[in-house]
Amino acid sequence: MKPFAYLRPASVAEAVRVSAATPGARFLGGGTNLVDLMKLGVETPGLVIDVSRLPLDRVTRTDDGGLRIGATVRNSDLAAHPDVRADHPALSQALLAGASGQLRNTATTGGNLLQRTRCPYFQDITKPCNKRDPGSGCPAREGAHRDLAVLGHSPHCVATNPSDMAVALAALDATVLLHGPEGERAVPVTDFHRLPGDNPDQDTVIRPGELITEVVLPPPPDGAVSLYRKARDRASYAFALASVAAVLAVRDGRVAHVSLAFGALAHRPWRARAAEDVLRGATADRETFARAVEAELEAARPLRDNGFKVDLARRTAFGALTELASRAAPND
Amino acid sequence: MSHAPQPLGAPVVRREGREKVTGAARYAAEHAPPGCLYGWIVPAAVPKGRVTAVRTAEALALPGVHTVLTPDNAPRLEEPDDPVLAVLQNDRVPHRGWPVALVLAESLEAAREGADAVEVEYGTTDHDVVLTGDHPGLYTPEKANGGYPAVRERGDFDGAFAAAPVHIDATYTLGGLHNHPMEPHASTAVWADGHLTVHDSSQGSTVVCESLAQILGIDRDRITVVSEHVGGGFGSKGTPRPQAVLAAMATRHTGRPVQLSVPRRFMPALVGHRAPTVQRVRIGADRDGVISALAHEIATHTSTVKEFVEQAAVPARVMYSSPHSRTVHRVVPLDVPSPSWMRAPGEASGMYALESAMDELACALGLDPVELRLRNEPADEPDSGRPFSSRNLTACLDEGARRFGWYDRDPAPASRQEGPWLLGTGVASATYPVLLSPSAARAHAAPDGSYRIGVNATDIGTGARTVLAQIAASALGTAQENVRIDIGSSDLPRGSVAGGSSGTASWGTAVHRAATALAGRLAAYDGPLPAEGVTATADTTQEAAQKSPYARHAFGAHFAEVAVDSVTGEVRVRRLLGVYAAGRVLNSRTARSQFLGGMVMGIGMALTEGSTMDPAYGDFTERDLASYHVPSCADVPDVQVHWIDEEDPHLNPMGSKGLGEIGIVGTAAAIGNAVRHATGARLRSLPLTPDKVLPYLP
Repeated sequence: MKPFAYLRPASVAEAVRVSAATPGARFLGGGTNLVDLMKLGVETPGLVIDVSRLPLDRVTRTDDGGLRIGATVRNSDLAAHPDVRADHPALSQALLAGASGQLRNTATTGGNLLQRTRCPYFQDITKPCNKRDPGSGCPAREGAHRDLAVLGHSPHCVATNPSDMAVALAALDATVLLHGPEGERAVPVTDFHRLPGDNPDQDTVIRPGELITEVVLPPPPDGAVSLYRKARDRASYAFALASVAAVLAVRDGRVAHVSLAFGALAHRPWRARAAEDVLRGATADRETFARAVEAELEAARPLRDNGFKVDLARRTAFGALTELASRAAPND
Repeated sequence: MSHAPQPLGAPVVRREGREKVTGAARYAAEHAPPGCLYGWIVPAAVPKGRVTAVRTAEALALPGVHTVLTPDNAPRLEEPDDPVLAVLQNDRVPHRGWPVALVLAESLEAAREGADAVEVEYGTTDHDVVLTGDHPGLYTPEKANGGYPAVRERGDFDGAFAAAPVHIDATYTLGGLHNHPMEPHASTAVWADGHLTVHDSSQGSTVVCESLAQILGIDRDRITVVSEHVGGGFGSKGTPRPQAVLAAMATRHTGRPVQLSVPRRFMPALVGHRAPTVQRVRIGADRDGVISALAHEIATHTSTVKEFVEQAAVPARVMYSSPHSRTVHRVVPLDVPSPSWMRAPGEASGMYALESAMDELACALGLDPVELRLRNEPADEPDSGRPFSSRNLTACLDEGARRFGWYDRDPAPASRQEGPWLLGTGVASATYPVLLSPSAARAHAAPDGSYRIGVNATDIGTGARTVLAQIAASALGTAQENVRIDIGSSDLPRGSVAGGSSGTASWGTAVHRAATALAGRLAAYDGPLPAEGVTATADTTQEAAQKSPYARHAFGAHFAEVAVDSVTGEVRVRRLLGVYAAGRVLNSRTARSQFLGGMVMGIGMALTEGSTMDPAYGDFTERDLASYHVPSCADVPDVQVHWIDEEDPHLNPMGSKGLGEIGIVGTAAAIGNAVRHATGARLRSLPLTPDKVLPYLP
């Protein structure tokens, strides 16, 4: 680990000011990912700005009945929050499906959104990786990629985003609030993470100096039910092989509202717009669900050893929609 | 002195339990002598080649960095018996992860930073790291691990197999598996006043001491190796490991105490692994399921550093009546880290294949798999013709079937469903040999009525201290509370390695002999003992060398119920039940933990633990506990452990068989057989992760 300076700023403004003035600085939330990567030599910040004690640790109601989640709210606290559990069970379930109890007690909302890929080549500085070392190559394409992307990857990178929470936020139409040197801006979470393209070193659209301060959730749609389903190699403490966050409202046998997002399939949480287009207004039945999921996954381009993820995602999404439909319209 | 004597077998509480749970127990890297330097290994970053240059100037210029040892400047060692210990002795890189430098610094952080700053240049050559069943480099070694002959033939396998009306011919493929004890390998070494003291995380400090003496070329009496508390090993600490040699070399070189821990991520390259195997099993049987022909043929890998051959075909020489038999091991040296012992080497992988094949035979015959096994019980050990000292596999199967409710099952595959879950049950047998190694012990009686036992046993979490106190107390006719036990130091009478499920038998025999001799001497005293007390010693070298006329093995039966998620292909164990026949159980509490721990490890082997050898880079991909999936609590539901009372006079004075390893043996097959029952899919490689299961789901 390289020596680094440590600063605990008193305010968001100070954090942003110092960060913007210090190239290579990193914000520290729970440290569950950043510190690991520093030990591995993947991250080598000269300055670590500890924002974990900034007053961003509350979950409050917005005027329209949504929720405003501070960036330093711990994952375990967010998962257990009564309003989250009542309004957005998919988010609570996603958080609880992630990591371990100890990690969730430490990890923050903002940090979770910025966690980096678990691609083994990214984590090993003795090997090439375009994300860590642009232009060095992507050995994962031909190497160990069972857990990596099937959607939206590029010749330069086949990494996946490891977050569970972000998948639920994508399905819930959350917005990320950023404070930066040029002021405040709001970015839909579905636009916050990027696809790799030819610059996979950029995980997100965050700009130098910008700090995540809040995540805002709109109120749940009328009559909607939601869930998060994660398939993985062991029952707990494993990253997803495929996951699904789904929100569904059914009226008169038809889909009145739907949003669907996949995790572990791409460089970002994958909002399934094509599937939603098929579903919206259509009959809420198994045939529609199958057709919708198929429409989304047509775009999949699996690698040599990860074709199973397409089938797994298809089955998991179909199962999730079927289950939600039975809950949303139990008498239909 | 108080307390009444307790019979052997009592559930005596682990002696050091309180120290461990309160953090008072100190492990190898928790000794911090004044002036200690901290080490960090620089691992080779290429799969094969030579180190052409190591540039250390930048590292040495960093604050706190004291010394960098490289193949150029490291002290020369005597050639070790185990070539994995010949570290920094030449420029050869036999595999990725091999140590090419050691940075010593005033703090762990500085050492790590220094290691990052060491620049190593390599000349590389083509490497080959992928085992296949038909690899052109496969050869037949003379022996497999454990000293077993690589090849055994009985009768006319080919003829009998061809003539049999029912055939099974199946190939099972197992990837590598990794020992990941909670405590990584570590050593703290101090060279002072001409004496070397090493706190080493080891399964046997006598062997570490003798190895260091030989390698460093110094007298054994000038070395003390202490392994007081050890956080698991599973075989990976059963042989001396490079950290002990590097720490000893470094403290001698610098004159400062040196502490060296092996980071979790370096372990797969440095501490051994269970070698992958490709196993072909052929069984010929009649229509009643009676086996006439059995062949078990293994292909496995070793490194170019040493030959280690996973003895996976050996259990087929023990298990079932098989008049015509062939068991063969073949091995290919690849540019991979050296494989070694991992809990039940041979038995764990071999019994996965054999017990899966037995299930295939049962399915082919439409015969209950418990009944199939009962029909093939041999009168004597098939390979040797020797009588069994005791063999209660039948009792284990019967008792297990009864407790598990085995016969409630509908044998038809995919016949039980509960919501999205497909349910199934499976059975497999288990076996593990009875091994005994020479040990010595000392027993001392003090005038106050207390006793003190010394033996260099190692408690790797098993409860060795506790059970040895029970054995001594039983021989002395006193309560175990009156017996103090000293273990875990090479200054004590020589003890064998905590391995091969032989620790309790080996140390216990020596302790029993010494304590019995002491009791005999004490009988001669009428009045008070002399102030210095009375001492007796024992050495079992001759006793252990005697070859038993009996075939001696523990046996067991595993029953598993699994649920397979018909949507995702996730497999979860619902129930696991083991019944064992392992001689007399000496401490029912710690014995249960050993059986149970083995079964949990078997769940990992069956369902979660996957290792990928990266063909391009020559290293294992899964090198941390986030990616190498040992079972989590949520993966381990209802696990039940039972044993049958087994009286066997042909073992040792305690009547015990080893039980540290048999719990893993057969567990993976029982789970795999249950998955087949649940889904109808016969999967012949592990772990049974969703990618393997999905293609077979409706």
